[in-house]
Amino acid sequence: MKPITLTPGQLRAAEVLFWLALASTFFLAPDHRTLLSQIFIFGLFAVALDMALGYAGILTVGHAAFFGAGAYTAGLLAKHGWGEPFSGLLAALVVAGALGYALSYLIVRGADLTRLMITIGVCVLLYELANRLSAITGGSDGLQGMNVSPVFGVFEFDLFGKTAFCYAFGVVLAMFLLVRLILRSPFGLALRGIHDNRKRMLAIGSPVEARLRMAYGFSAAVAGVAGALLAQTTQFVGIESIGFNRSAEILIILVLGGTGRLYGGLVGAIVYMLVHDWFADLNPEYWMFWLGIFLIAAVMLGRGGIMGALSRRIRTKEHAR
Amino acid sequence: MGIVLFDGVAYGMLLFLMAVGLSITMGLMNFVNLAHGSFAVVGGYTAAVLMNQAGLGYAAALAAAFVAAALLGAVLEFVFYRRLYRAHPLDQVLLSIGVVFVSIAALTYFFGPTMLAFHLPPALQGQFLLAGLEFSRYRLFLIVCGVVVLAVLMLAMGRTRYGAMVRAAVDNQRVAGGTGIHVQRLFFLTFSLGCGLAGLGGALSLGMLGLEPSFPLKYMVYFLIVVCVGGAGTITGPFIAALLVGIVDVAGKYYLPEAGAFLIYVFMIAMLLLRPNGIVPKKGIA
Repeated sequence: MKPITLTPGQLRAAEVLFWLALASTFFLAPDHRTLLSQIFIFGLFAVALDMALGYAGILTVGHAAFFGAGAYTAGLLAKHGWGEPFSGLLAALVVAGALGYALSYLIVRGADLTRLMITIGVCVLLYELANRLSAITGGSDGLQGMNVSPVFGVFEFDLFGKTAFCYAFGVVLAMFLLVRLILRSPFGLALRGIHDNRKRMLAIGSPVEARLRMAYGFSAAVAGVAGALLAQTTQFVGIESIGFNRSAEILIILVLGGTGRLYGGLVGAIVYMLVHDWFADLNPEYWMFWLGIFLIAAVMLGRGGIMGALSRRIRTKEHAR
Repeated sequence: MGIVLFDGVAYGMLLFLMAVGLSITMGLMNFVNLAHGSFAVVGGYTAAVLMNQAGLGYAAALAAAFVAAALLGAVLEFVFYRRLYRAHPLDQVLLSIGVVFVSIAALTYFFGPTMLAFHLPPALQGQFLLAGLEFSRYRLFLIVCGVVVLAVLMLAMGRTRYGAMVRAAVDNQRVAGGTGIHVQRLFFLTFSLGCGLAGLGGALSLGMLGLEPSFPLKYMVYFLIVVCVGGAGTITGPFIAALLVGIVDVAGKYYLPEAGAFLIYVFMIAMLLLRPNGIVPKKGIA
């Protein structure tokens, strides 16, 4: 098979087309809007993880900590009378980002194994915290009684998920564009350099640790926004949004889509959530079995996930992808 | 106080038994294996099934648990792990999470999601009196097992030719390979041995922790804590760390039940900050 070559213009058109296709599902699949908005949210979460894992190369298996932190921030605000959604997102972004930046001091200094441990440890710690403080967080019953105000004061969150869809789509698109901008900035290029060869980046005078800390904090902030989105659109925060299983799930989504690629997280989320939805009637144990088989197969056979497979078929003239 | 220490040490011994293989895997092969609990759980199920259905004695069941887990480890090493020793840690993490998921699903399918029924042999039931305190016989047995395994491992690693080869490979794989040590085969044997020990630990833990299919996920963090805090690639490190973790965990549950599992994670993070390479760092990275 001869690879197809795309010019930068065609590539941009493909990107626009991708987002238009996502938007058009509003009309094409009106019964599945709730699922679709969740797909967007998980896509954003996977993109956030990709910044830390795929671009900065920080081995983290506890990113649900930030997702959950954002979700609880937005949820608690909405429960206690501050229902304005955008400021809720902003608060989640700040809280999760600050948490991530503070933790990055622990994470950046260690080796891969230590990083893995600290990220898992923090995630499980926060899960315990949410579980113990049931007076505030609702514990294992989840946080209920959220009251989210209408978006822009006009569009109420309805039962059919119309507003939720548009709101999630808009926020995810905006955050995605922000991530895209950052990853294509000199900062993003420095991250890529660190990922490829840390020693050389040190040698040319790049402040490697500071860059990694920034990337981790930023990734945490975006994950927090994704968590807040989920909380606001579903008006509920389950305790599982902060646990290890959620971390593993998002890792699977990212690997399925392809790490280190902008669209990997989104594509992975679309495929994973659709397949999961199809097999929803299945016993969860079977789902777990096939997930495990998939993971083993992904490691043994394929590299780069869906986007990796695509990139072998489609070449771009532009180098920056 | 005495009871808490005793129970903590017994719990620590179990953690040591299950985690020591992981320490060797991580130190020797630099393989981040999150699936270590799966081997423990397979050993535990083997022992329980053999005792409940085939009517095997406890000692024989323990031996069978060791063999079953070691065999499973050997097969998985041969098919999967062997290809990933030089891969990125992310790939290793993904593979081992996959193994964990498959093992949980398979065990649930065959044995159901609940805890396995298990009865201790009569010789290990009950308590004995010492210095006015009642100690559980079974826990004493666990401690004895842990000390025996530690002694055997220390002797095997410190006094035998095989142990010298393992130590050489841990310190520097390339040089060890250069002196004619068959590193690949060493990895294979050591991995199987570690899995076997995990299986033995799983079988021993039947009366204390209770086995269920989700065991590998539930205790994964504990094994990793023991190995990271102790120092990957050593034997004494995980031993000390396992005892500390066991005592801290039991004491936390006893004196501060509302703190729950917190104490242990706080302990881990503090230890990792104080000694990022573990209590007993392996040579070459101190």
